[in-house]
This record gives sequence, C-alpha cells and structure tokens, in this order.
Amino acid sequence: MGSLIIKSLVKEFDNTKALDQLTLEIHDGEMVGIIGKSGAGKSTLLRLINRLIEPTSGSIQYNEIDISNLKGKKLKNWRSNCAMIFQQFNLIDRLDVLTNVLSGTLGNSFNILKLLKIYSNSEKIDALRHLHNLDLSDKALQRVETLSGGQQQRVAIARAMMQKPKILLADEPISSLDPKNSKVVMDDIKKINKEEGIMAICNLHSLEVAKEYCERIIGLSEGRIVFDGNPSELTQELSEQLYDLENE
Amino acid sequence: MSNSLLENHSIMYAQQMKSRRLWNFSIIIIFIAAFFISSSVINFDLEKIISGIPRLGDYVLRILPNLDSTLLFENSKTEGSLSYWYFNIKKYLLLLYETFNMAVLSTAMGFVFAFILSFLSAKNITPNIFSYYLVKRFLEFLRGVPEIIFAILFVWALGVGPLAGIIAITIHTTGALGKLFSEVHENTDLNACEAIKSNGGNWLSEMRYGIIPKVLPNIISYALLRFEINIRASTVIGFVGAGGIGQELYLVINFNYYEEVSAIILLIILTVITIDIVSGSIRKKVIGEMND
Repeated sequence: MGSLIIKSLVKEFDNTKALDQLTLEIHDGEMVGIIGKSGAGKSTLLRLINRLIEPTSGSIQYNEIDISNLKGKKLKNWRSNCAMIFQQFNLIDRLDVLTNVLSGTLGNSFNILKLLKIYSNSEKIDALRHLHNLDLSDKALQRVETLSGGQQQRVAIARAMMQKPKILLADEPISSLDPKNSKVVMDDIKKINKEEGIMAICNLHSLEVAKEYCERIIGLSEGRIVFDGNPSELTQELSEQLYDLENE
Repeated sequence: MSNSLLENHSIMYAQQMKSRRLWNFSIIIIFIAAFFISSSVINFDLEKIISGIPRLGDYVLRILPNLDSTLLFENSKTEGSLSYWYFNIKKYLLLLYETFNMAVLSTAMGFVFAFILSFLSAKNITPNIFSYYLVKRFLEFLRGVPEIIFAILFVWALGVGPLAGIIAITIHTTGALGKLFSEVHENTDLNACEAIKSNGGNWLSEMRYGIIPKVLPNIISYALLRFEINIRASTVIGFVGAGGIGQELYLVINFNYYEEVSAIILLIILTVITIDIVSGSIRKKVIGEMND
C-alpha cells in the first residue's frame, strides 16, 4: 500500500500564500473530498500534486519518492500516474470522443505516430472498454462538443483512465453540471475508486456531495487545513465557518 | 440624501464628459496637424493632380482596344475583332497560369514555414522565451522587407524567371502568416493543452492536440486570404523580371503596345475577381465550420 505524503507545503503567488505549511497523508484506495471556499487553495493543492505548478517550499512524496523534484521524463511519468479531471472538462473540441480518450496515452507511451492520430489496436480496445464502462461506447465517433456536459466529463474520466493512474485528482468535477449529471459523474468516480482501488482526491464545492461520497473530508481555509476526518465529525459550526455562510 | 447623491453624480459625470471632450478635441487637432505636415512633406499639390487627371484619361483612352461591333467575331487578321485584340491570348494564358502557380507554390511553402515558426513565436505556448524573441524578430524581418526588394535581389542572384518571384513571395508570406498564426495561437484558450500536460504529454503533443484542432479553421482562412493577396503580388513582382504575366505587362507598357496593355489588365482583373470569389466562399465555409 502506497501513500501520498505532503510535508509543510507552501505555495505563494505574488506574496500571497495560497497554501501555508500544509501537511497531509493520504493512502491508496482512499476517497478524499477537499472542501472550502473558492480561493482556499483547493485547486492549487491538486495542481501541485500533479506538478502543473511548482511549490514554493515543502515536499510531496509518493511511495517514498520525492515528487517535488522530478524533472524531464520522470516528471512526465509522474503526471501520467496522477490523472486530472477539470471543472471545464478540458477536452479537445473538434475531435471525436475516441481520439480524446486515446490522448490519455500521450504521457505514458508516446510515439511519433500518435501525432498523426495513429494508435495501436490494443489502445483503441482499451479506450472503447473504458467508454463502455461509462455507458458512452455508442458516442465514440461523435465530436465531443456535441455531447452534454455530463457526457463530456465522463469522456474526461475515460481519458484519465487511459493513463492507468494511481491517483485520480478531480478539480471541481461537477461544478458545471446539473444535479442529475453530477450524480452520474460522482458515482463513476466512486466506482473507479472502489473497484480499481485508485486513490481519489476531489475538490468539491458542495458539502452534501462530499459527505455522501467521501469517507474522509479535508477542510481548507486560507491555505491551511482546518478539518481532517470523517464526515460525521464535521460539526455544523465548522462547516459554516468553512463556507462562510455561502453554503450551497 | 438622494438628491445630493444625484447632484454628486451629475457633477462627476460632467467632469468626465469634459475631460473626454477635451481628449477627443485634441485628437482631432493632432490629426489635422499631422495631415498638413505630411502633405507638405510629400509636396502634395492639388493643382498638379487636377491638371494631371486628363492625362490619366488620355492613357486609358489609348490602351482601349479599337473594337468594331460588326467585326467582333472575325479572325485575328481583321482589325476591330476580339481575336485581333487578343491575338496573343495563348501566351497570356500560359503566363497567367505561371503567375497562378507562383502564387500557389509560394503560399503553400510560406504556409508551411509560418505554421512551424508560429508555435515558437506565440508567447503562451513557446517552449522557451529565447526562441520566442528570436523567431518573432526573424518573422518581423521577413515581412518588414517588401517582397519586391527580395525579388530584385533574387532576380539578380538567380536570373530572370519565376523562381526568383516564388522565393521572394514565400519569404514575405512566411513573415506575414507567421505573425497572424502566432496571434491566433495566443488567443486560444489553453484548456486542452493543460489536460495534455497534466497527463504527461510532451510539448509536441500539447501543440498537436491542444492547439492545432482549435486554430485550424482560423489558420486555413488566413492562408486563403494570403493566397488572394499573393495572386496580386505575383503579378506585380513580374515587373522586376520575376516571371509570370507581370513581366509581360511591364514589357508591353514599356514598348507602348497600348491595346495589349488593356488586354492583359482585363485578364488579370478577371482572374483576381474569380479567385477572390472562390476563395472567399471557401473561407466562409471554413469559418462556419469553426463556429459550429
């Protein structure tokens, strides 16, 4: 069993601290919900874990390997190991669903033919399998922008699964979706977490969703952890403080 | 309370309007001053223009063909017939074809070079800031020098003929399209790029999947517009010996073969109009494609 260990992580943007001395340990197979106001540092934390941005100080380790110093090929491998899902889906418009899903392999097995959209048969079968698991196999040849928001987010999940990730980082995965689609997407993330044992870290705006799906909740406020524990331990008072009464 | 608020607002609004009016007024003054300064610099002389206009008419009258409505469809030996006017049509069409090919080739080559360089010279996606400045300045140089200068240079180096023209227009096209393309990249949102980066994709993958699908319609549209421009450019460039119909036009103008001048100009105008219409409708389709 591996674990993600974050020690006194600091991230500054122009002298404002987005994350302040964050220390945290998350184990394989956990599903963690990160809650907090916008600007609390949730998104920054996920981006730091994926190394889309560089930490100001502190360290991130996974299975005793220091992630925060990786460069070049090793950095790309790491990114491929922790798949990201975005609020705006970040799919490639004007390309079909299948190619979008296949683009998930660009990190872990790049070759020059992939720039010509040529992928191996086993990769295509993999992609179709993931789409099938998410009830999207009939959409494989459609352009992504013709799909609904919920479907697009599931395409993004299928793309993430092509990375064969050890960690799934979801940055506000349901913020631009309606309640029905939100449920489908969260169910999918939960299923992946349970069935494949992949560690899932979700930034969530809604406390209700976090309580429903995550066995552990981390509350962030101004770049610091103010709560870390079981959803049942979260008091009314604390959750009001976390959301500053702008609770949804 | 609300009255004083309203009063405050109207005072502030009046002040704002005042400064805005002052600003507009000074811009107009500057513009007028600049107009007079520049017209004195270039010796702008209205009288000269007015007295020159009839001469312009003279030339136009002279190059007009002598067509006789009763002999219009006689053979090329009869004065006054269409085929007498266009006795050299075979040669013209061949040269026009050459000009067309010069435009096609130079647009295609310029497109390829510009496309490659544009990724290096777009600030938001360039792999490193050094190559960004280097390529940007290089493109500026390529489009800063008029193509006619490059044409003179290459005619001198490679001899008279279309090759010099093709190279000259290719160079200018690379510079012009390179700038436009990199601006298109800079206006693209990087969502998809970020996703490719987050899954460990390299720079080439980011460009191929994150940028190219998004910018392609825009880029094709710009390339077609450039092709229209290059048709005209490859005509003009013939004047310095760089091949095509322009070279022939320059010849007949110099030798005062008046009727041939009008024959060639009419052909060029027809060609340009046809190509503008065709490429314009293709561009509309491509842009429509982009918007859906």
